[in-house]
Amino acid sequence: MTDDTCSKLTLGPVLFNWKPEALRDFYFRIADEADVDTVHVGEVVCSKRSPFFAPMVPEVVSRLAAAGKEVVLSSLALIMSERELREARELAGMEDVLVEANDVSVAAMLSPRPFVVGPLVNVYNEGTLAYLESLGAIRACLPAELPAEIIATLVKSAKAEIEVQAFGRLPLAISARCYHARSRNLAKDGCQYVCAEDPDGMAVDTLDDEAFLAVNGTQTMSYHHLNLLGELGQLQELGVRRFRLWPHTADMVAVAALFRQVLAGAVDPQQASDQLAEFCPRAEFANGYIHGREGHLYVEADA
Amino acid sequence: MAELNSNALTRPELVCPAGTPAALKSAVDAGADCVYVGFRDETNARNFPGLNFSRKELEEGIAYAHERGAKVLVAINTFPRAGRPELWHQAVDDAARLKADSVILADIGLIAYASAKHPELRLHLSVQAAASNVESIRFYAERFGVRRVVLPRVLTVQEIAALNPQIRPVETEVFVFGGLCVMAEGRCALSSYATGQSPNMNGVCSPAAHVRYVDTASGVTSQLAGFTINQFGHGEPAGYPTLCKGRFVANGKTSYLFEEPTSLNTLAMLPDLIKAGVTAFKIEGRQRGRAYVAAVVQAFRAGVDAVLAGRPLPDMDLDQITEGGRQTTGAYERAWR
Repeated sequence: MTDDTCSKLTLGPVLFNWKPEALRDFYFRIADEADVDTVHVGEVVCSKRSPFFAPMVPEVVSRLAAAGKEVVLSSLALIMSERELREARELAGMEDVLVEANDVSVAAMLSPRPFVVGPLVNVYNEGTLAYLESLGAIRACLPAELPAEIIATLVKSAKAEIEVQAFGRLPLAISARCYHARSRNLAKDGCQYVCAEDPDGMAVDTLDDEAFLAVNGTQTMSYHHLNLLGELGQLQELGVRRFRLWPHTADMVAVAALFRQVLAGAVDPQQASDQLAEFCPRAEFANGYIHGREGHLYVEADA
Repeated sequence: MAELNSNALTRPELVCPAGTPAALKSAVDAGADCVYVGFRDETNARNFPGLNFSRKELEEGIAYAHERGAKVLVAINTFPRAGRPELWHQAVDDAARLKADSVILADIGLIAYASAKHPELRLHLSVQAAASNVESIRFYAERFGVRRVVLPRVLTVQEIAALNPQIRPVETEVFVFGGLCVMAEGRCALSSYATGQSPNMNGVCSPAAHVRYVDTASGVTSQLAGFTINQFGHGEPAGYPTLCKGRFVANGKTSYLFEEPTSLNTLAMLPDLIKAGVTAFKIEGRQRGRAYVAAVVQAFRAGVDAVLAGRPLPDMDLDQITEGGRQTTGAYERAWR
């Protein structure tokens, strides 16, 4: 019998380029209203975006902390320039906050202090997990493509807390090249921040109009929204006790409440999924990876 | 071409691909300093049917190369599957036993294993580990004794030149020719999103078993796992549907959103790459045939030798063996981004 009450919800970092005021107000509302245990703050995708929100971070962090949320500062995923490295070192040097390493370099900087391993660091097996634990990892959010069977093996061997992505467009790839800029015939250096025009990502369709992927600046994401409402029970049985929701422009307070209710066994997962579809009217859902299938598929619960 | 004092330059090693024992011999005979290979299973990132080496073939290949003064590097660069790391451990043990000159690894756990179990074995960090900055590289060097890092194809030549003095004596190896990832390597799950199989977990990207060419009224459509990746007119050669080299519709526009079907070719940049202090030049293409290997190795052998001798680069045409006949210098030039 699983102990439902101990399952935790993480609100992952906002991966998109939201206007600074909108992002601040989003976090204020999360602080005041959202039933989540942990909230991540920080730019993961593109270092060109970070200066605009940086001045608001202390205010947002205090508001979240005052509301009883655990706050985690997330690092950039692809660190190349001296400036990006310097910013990562500054982040790692903030000793009174928990930091999520989204690149191996940041994990190295944080060690031996406790830190969180982000889903953009490759943790595929118990050997890597054990090594990161020896460096100080207390929690690891696993990569998107892992099936339940592998997650179960990792949970069994883990000393760190295992977190599984459960909602939102999946981060699938990161590049030095900006595809948002490229879609407008711009280069990354003169990008005009066009990624801000798509607060949930830019849809990428095939030549025969099939929805396929989404672009968020230098990041490529799934077109489909991950929805593991139907698998939460199974994952709890396997020992997973923490689930990550990726922020979207949908009502995340309502989305978090749905996940909380399903985790507590208070609502039928199918009913909750129908409601989730109402909160995200244009989204298509996928859960293939957890079933060991293609990531874009939606596998019915009984299949 | 940059001004160079050829006396001050170190001659980079040419690291060449071999998917078969025949290709290994071709590469060595054509002047490769090193040949890199993989075992015939999912422990390496070119896990393609009919490709790669048995233990016996590796033993013979190493003997052939060593007799001619060349090295053999063994790529064990996928991420071990949780619950059964033995296949990957065995691959490292066998490479060490057969006296491979180094193993090329990507997974932290596997690197920790190799470092502890085989302290004498030379460790190279695979491009699949995507170590893109000085702190990542130092981590692998200081914790595990990694001696060489294959840099991800995200850095410019200027960034590589700035990086090298900061990480010495760790060596860098860069790709100079062949297919190129446009995403940071080892950090891309596009293939499994479409097909269920990925480079990290299965050693394949956009695998052939999922490819279909469908005849239409207007020509041919190439598909990957049922997704249209490109369309070609009658008589137009239909390229392989590698996911990130397809045409897609975004922002109301049809384009090669991620990258054109193109190959990396840095021949013209060799002086700059040598000047950047790179130790080794890597040629992609373990899935390619002997003729490709021999032609590319010869071209780059001539190019490197010319630069070192202070001569102008020879005029070499590699159009015939590049994807779609198109070439790029990729991320090495900042404008690519």
